[in-house]
Order: sequence, then structure tokens, then C-alpha cells
Amino acid sequence: MQTDTKTNTKIVVAGTPKIDVIESKTVVIPIENIDTDQIIPARFLKTTSKDGLGDNLFCDWRYAADGTPNPDFPLNKPEAAGAQILVVGDNFGCGSSREHAPWALAQFGIKAVISTSFADIFRGNALKNGVLPVIVPADVHAELLKWSGMQVKIDLAAQTVILPGGHSIPFPIDPFAKQCMLDGVDELGYMLNQEAAIAAYEAKRVDSINVLQ
Amino acid sequence: MSNPSLSEKSPARPRTIAEKVWDNHVVAEKAGAPTLIFIDLHLCHEVTSPQAFSMLRERGLKVRRPDLTVATMDHSTPTTSRDLPIADPIGAAQIAKMESNCKEFGIRLYNRMSDHQGIVHVIGPEQGLTQPGMTIVCGDSHTATHGAFGALAFGIGTSQVGHVLASQCLLQVPSKPYEIRVNGQLKPGVTAKDIILAVIAKIGIGGGTESVFEFTGSAIRALSMEERMTICNMSIEGGARAGLIAPDDATYQYLAGREFAPKGANWDAAVARWKQLPTDDGAVYAKQLILEADELEPMITFGTNPGMGISISSPIPTPASVTDPIEKSDLIKALKYMNLEAGKPLEGHPIDVVFIGSCTNSRISDLRAAASILKGRKVNPKVRTLVVPGSQQVRAQAISEGLDKVFRDAGAEFREAGCSMCLAMNGDELEPGQYSVSTSNRNFEGRQGKGGRTFLASPLTAAASALAGAVADVRKL
Repeated sequence: MQTDTKTNTKIVVAGTPKIDVIESKTVVIPIENIDTDQIIPARFLKTTSKDGLGDNLFCDWRYAADGTPNPDFPLNKPEAAGAQILVVGDNFGCGSSREHAPWALAQFGIKAVISTSFADIFRGNALKNGVLPVIVPADVHAELLKWSGMQVKIDLAAQTVILPGGHSIPFPIDPFAKQCMLDGVDELGYMLNQEAAIAAYEAKRVDSINVLQ
Repeated sequence: MSNPSLSEKSPARPRTIAEKVWDNHVVAEKAGAPTLIFIDLHLCHEVTSPQAFSMLRERGLKVRRPDLTVATMDHSTPTTSRDLPIADPIGAAQIAKMESNCKEFGIRLYNRMSDHQGIVHVIGPEQGLTQPGMTIVCGDSHTATHGAFGALAFGIGTSQVGHVLASQCLLQVPSKPYEIRVNGQLKPGVTAKDIILAVIAKIGIGGGTESVFEFTGSAIRALSMEERMTICNMSIEGGARAGLIAPDDATYQYLAGREFAPKGANWDAAVARWKQLPTDDGAVYAKQLILEADELEPMITFGTNPGMGISISSPIPTPASVTDPIEKSDLIKALKYMNLEAGKPLEGHPIDVVFIGSCTNSRISDLRAAASILKGRKVNPKVRTLVVPGSQQVRAQAISEGLDKVFRDAGAEFREAGCSMCLAMNGDELEPGQYSVSTSNRNFEGRQGKGGRTFLASPLTAAASALAGAVADVRKL
């Protein structure tokens, strides 16, 4: 992390994880509409840091009431150990805007989530934290949902998911977010480099909506 | 996702209100990057901001526009007496961090002891901070509440909280305009909450993805500002980025004279500007849904997401009626979690708790509605009833009207302001297995406490259910 200046006028390089090629077995949670309250329950949001959230990822599904791991939950099965690619049902990450959700996924070791659709806020948050949301067509999704442990390769530069048989599936991603992930930088440096445009906008803004003056 | 029509800046092209607000806030558009838009108001709370302030500190950045930034504390904040210390040390540390961050970065903070404290989406409008045509963000998915004033308001993640603190801007892609038209007139016992629950039941919780809802039609126009806030608040529960309603005389009447609303000549100029905002004739929506208000009944959810809603006289859906295999297994999973039997009515199902509060339904009109049902009656002794005002100002108003006495005489608790049992971060929570009727916005598994089960409904339905000790139809009272 390098900071050139105490003012906001210079580019600041951020330390976000670089993503290029992810090769891993999959782990499947075949449920639609998994909300961010399930990914990380609200009671873990009292932290003022980003640390320690991975231990509580999917807490109420992953652990029984007595705190022991639930053996039926996909992430607890022996074959899921080390999986970096999560395959889930439609509309993953709906609900709360908590960025703690992708923080928890990233800390657990998840680098990509494959589904047919993602909730908007979660998708934006995931892209900023080295968790790649991958949208695939329904037929490919249906195949991927069938079992955990499929060996899959995701090539971000090429925007493809390569299935075990070698079949290559393209996936969409915002080009700007893609470049940020490939370079391991966040958006803020780019934004702060627009200082002239921001200042020009502020100068022509109508004063009476400066609510706190 | 991109909307090429937005780049045509021809003033002759009819535009929706959301497109007008967007166009008014474009700071920079560059090839290969999302649009940089200016943010007029940034609201902060204790849960989603600490890591953003840490980022500023690590990079040696300051807050660009503290004058456009307002903070409060609501999520982890106790709703027990303000005379008591905060019992939970982790929550207390988060609240202390909010104080020190706001002090360090020069941000106006309404802390726990302030008479302006409250749920972030309740205090913005009540202080006149929320105004038509603004862009408003907050690290909270219910920021769409402010859309009731014709503002483009959406929830953001903590990284983006940092971006706005540092630059007062956000990188965004345009959204698809989605019209939700509600014609006609609501019947007695049917409220704004029932409209939005019916909308979400119809389109599903992902139905509005990539969209901004615009609520239109005679039933919407007839609503008060507070009722409009209830509708826009739950736009995210339909998957939309934001939801808004064009401003009209009701909007201006609500705003006039509020603390941060423009005054004098500035007011007249502002109203003239605001009158330009409503959607032009001939503007094109990407999607449209039409509902007839007089066909709506009081709504209640039975499942584990806000789209799993039914009218109170309908039976709980059966998995056999669902064809999609994952949807079917999700319904079975939801009914198992809720321990409910498919095909049976929900009305009459015993409950343990009633929660009247949250950014959806904690304003003075919500408390008046609940009090109108509870006045002179007693809640069922088996039911714990919590009334949690959305802000200190709502609380003070309720007390001045004697509503606190109505609630206490009925056997309900009347609390300090905050998010409370909507998300159970502050100690107000369901016990495992308990059922609640709640006026909040989410019935996700464990949302109101680990193992808790939530039925979402209006304040009228919640109050009637508190009396009955079971899910009740307020129209039969």
C-alpha cells in the first residue's frame, strides 16, 4: 500500500487480490436465493475489522446448535476440502448490502462463485474482494449443480469456464471490473484521478442542494 | 446491462425520472469504465462504515465532503433505556468506533444520546435531508426508502462507502427503468405494506435485478409520504437497485419547513427544479407490472424470503404446485424451517412475538395505525410485543400523542429508537423456534434471531395478531 500524499489528488494503489486463472474442484450448495444473512449472519457484523469472518461463513447452516460441524452441509464434506469454486442456485447474495459476505467467502478460500444470476449489490461487492461472480447459462448450471468435486478451470482474461471435458463456456463481466481484478487494484485510484472532473461538477452544482451548508 | 439510450443526451428524448436524476449527476463518462456519478447525500451508520474509515486512514485520505455526509447509530444500538450502559462489549466498541471515526474525519453524527438519533432511513426524511432529484447512498440495502421523494437512492457495500467518503462519487452502470403501476383504491385494512408485499410475491425476490422501480398510478398518488417510504423501502426485496416515486404536492408539503430543506427563495427555486423531475410522457420502461389496488388483501409471508407471501385468506402453497425442481426444494426447505403445513391457512397460527418497527414501518403513522388497534385492548399474555420507534423524533411525537401509554396499557413494550429486532444485532431477538409477526422487511432464516421464524406483515396485521396471540386478519376485528 503506497500513499503519495495526504490530499486526495494522487492515485493510490490498492491491495486487492489479483485473479487470473482459478483451477479447482467445485463445491455445490444447490439452493436458490441464498441471502447474505445466511452467508454471514448479522450477529457477526459487530466487528470493526474484516478479520475472522471466514470462520463464520454460512454459520447457521454449517454448524449444529452445539457448535459442531453439520456433516450434511456441503462445505463440511471431506471432498469439499480446498475447493475454491462455489456453485449455487439463482440469485445468490440477495438481501443485505453487507460486504462482510464476500469478505467471509474470500477468507474461507472461495475465489469464484458460479450461478445463473447474482443480486446486484453482492455482485459489485464480490468483484471488489477477489471473489469472481461467474454467470453461466441454465443448462451448464444444471450440469454443474449435479455434484461437488468437478474439476473446473476459470480463465478471467479469456472470460471462460472450462469444464472437465474441455468444453469452454464464455461468461460476461464488466470490462472495468475485469481489468481491476487482473491487475489487483481497486476502483478508487481511477476515481481519484478524475479530480478535475469532480471539481468541475462541484463548481456547477446548484447550491441549494448543498444540504448541510 | 448497459443502456445505450442513456448516452443520447438529446433533451427531446422522453426520459423517466430515474434517467433524469442520473443524467443530472454524471461527472465523467469514459470508454471502458462505468459512469462516475456525483452523490448528493451520504448517510453512514456504525455497522458498514468502520472498515471504510480504516481504508481512508491506511491510505492517508480525508473525507472529501463532510458537509454532504451524515452519520447516526441504529443497527447495534440498544433500544433499552439510554440511561443504561451498552451491555454488549462488542456492540459498545463498534458504537465507540463510530464516535471516534466521525470526530476524526469531521462528520456530523447523531449519536445515541442525540434527539436526532434514529434509523438512518427514518432520520434523513424527517430532517429534510432527503430531497427530490438527489442521489443518496448508504451502506445499507434499504436506502431506496429515500426514493419516496423522487431521489435516486441505493445501498452500497463498504468499499463503496470508502469511495464516496474519499471522492463523493461512485462508479455505476445505468439501471433498467421498471414501472410498477398500482391503479385504484385500497380497501380498508389494506396498506402500503400490503402493496409492496404483493408486488414482491408477484415478481419474486430477483424480479427487479439490474432495475430501478418507479411506482406510479392513482393508488400510489393517494399515499402519504410515510406510506410511500414503506413501498420504496422494500424495493431491494424485489431485487431492484432502487425504487422511486415522482415528487408531487404531498412531497413538497412534507418537506416544507424541515430543518435541512431549502428556505425562502431557495425553496421556490428548488420546487421549480423538482417539478421538472417526473417522468416525461412517452418515456419507455424496460419492464412494467400493473396491479389493481382494490383486488389486494392484507398480505403476510409464510416462508424464508420476502417473495414467499400470500394474502391472509389464502392457504400456504403446496410444493406439488411448483414445477421447477430447485424452486420446489426451496419451498420444502422453507416450510420445514418454518414448521408449517402446506395447504393450510396461516390465519390462526400461534405466535410468540410481535415486532412493530424497522425502517419499513416505524414512522409516526405506523405507530398511530398500531395504536388504533391496541387502544383500550390487551395483547395476548403469551405474546411479547415490542414497539420500537424509528427515531427519537418519532418517539417524542408518539409520547406527545399519548401513544406510549396506549402501548404500555395494552401490555406492549415501548422502546428507544433503532433497528432492533429487524436484524437482531442489538440484543432484541427471537429465541430459537419462536414465531413473530413483524412489520420489518426480511423473513430470512435467523434474521430476527438464530432459529427464529418471521411472518412479515403490516402494522395493522401485527397489532391485530398481538391481540389474538395468533396470525390475525385485522378486517375481522
